[in-house]
Amino acid sequence: MIAALEVVPSWYLVLAALIFSIGSFGLLVRRNPLVMFMCVELMLNAVTLTFVTFAHVLTDTGGQSIVVFVLVVAAAEVVVGLAIIVALLRKRPEATADDAALLEG
Amino acid sequence: MSVELVVFVLAGAVCLGGALGVVLSTNPVHAALSLVATLFGVAVLFVAQEANFLAVVQVIVYAGAIVVLFLFVIMLLGVDQADDLRVEPLVGQRVAAGVVSLAILGLIFAALDSAGMTATGVSGTIDDRVADVNRLGESLFTTYLFAFEVTSVLLVIAVVGAVLLARRAKPGDEIVDPGQEERAEQVAERMADARAHVGAHEFWPHGDEGRRAAGGDGEDVDEHEEVRS
Repeated sequence: MIAALEVVPSWYLVLAALIFSIGSFGLLVRRNPLVMFMCVELMLNAVTLTFVTFAHVLTDTGGQSIVVFVLVVAAAEVVVGLAIIVALLRKRPEATADDAALLEG
Repeated sequence: MSVELVVFVLAGAVCLGGALGVVLSTNPVHAALSLVATLFGVAVLFVAQEANFLAVVQVIVYAGAIVVLFLFVIMLLGVDQADDLRVEPLVGQRVAAGVVSLAILGLIFAALDSAGMTATGVSGTIDDRVADVNRLGESLFTTYLFAFEVTSVLLVIAVVGAVLLARRAKPGDEIVDPGQEERAEQVAERMADARAHVGAHEFWPHGDEGRRAAGGDGEDVDEHEEVRS
């Protein structure tokens, strides 16, 4: 029975969907801005996995090219986001996402 | 049992375990390390789907740079104490979040199901004899050349923005309001008028000396405070 199992592309898509929803759950639940950011990274990774799967199934390089762009944008996003978090946590080390208004002015 | 199946099951389990670790671990350092597990699992799945270059980039950029940046910020700011996950600051937040994320999952499954659980669309023409790095490079520098160039602008903006945001403002570096001095003078004038009207003694019991003492260091500071309020 198990020997007959073949890995089909939809399994990758289902796995990516699971990772994406776990990431979205964490983003909604956690209050530490750093952990929220990691959850965003999880969601981005789920999407890149989907893109690579589609690139593989459709035998097209476009999906992989988009993953390169997602990587670059994720890197830029992390740099700016962490700078904001550093500025926020410097004002109050125990700050949560609710305290973003501290940066006002 | 085929090798591909074993690889998929193991890497998928690592991915899901890491993802749950990110969400559920109380310590941000543990969350970052769980994120590394997920990133490695995704890299393995990339290799399983013949995206070798992207798998390497995934490990170098994500695990090597982004997570290290996360850990660096955690250590730099000393926020590595555990969060208390037992309290739920907003009543019903977790239930609502669970419902929303399950709804997202359901939506994705519905979309997958409507497409017959597979990719639909125009198939490309990948020449299997060409390495994926070559294909990717050719695609980036021909089809997506403009987007690639714009990406460099994005990186420059990100670097400048990060430096600007994370810089510790020096005392003299405050954003200066161009008309501030003028308005400070006007306010001082009006204050002087008001004082003359009311009588200096009622306003500041000890005259100008008392005003200095009450205002802190000196007149300048006092005026600034008035302008702000």
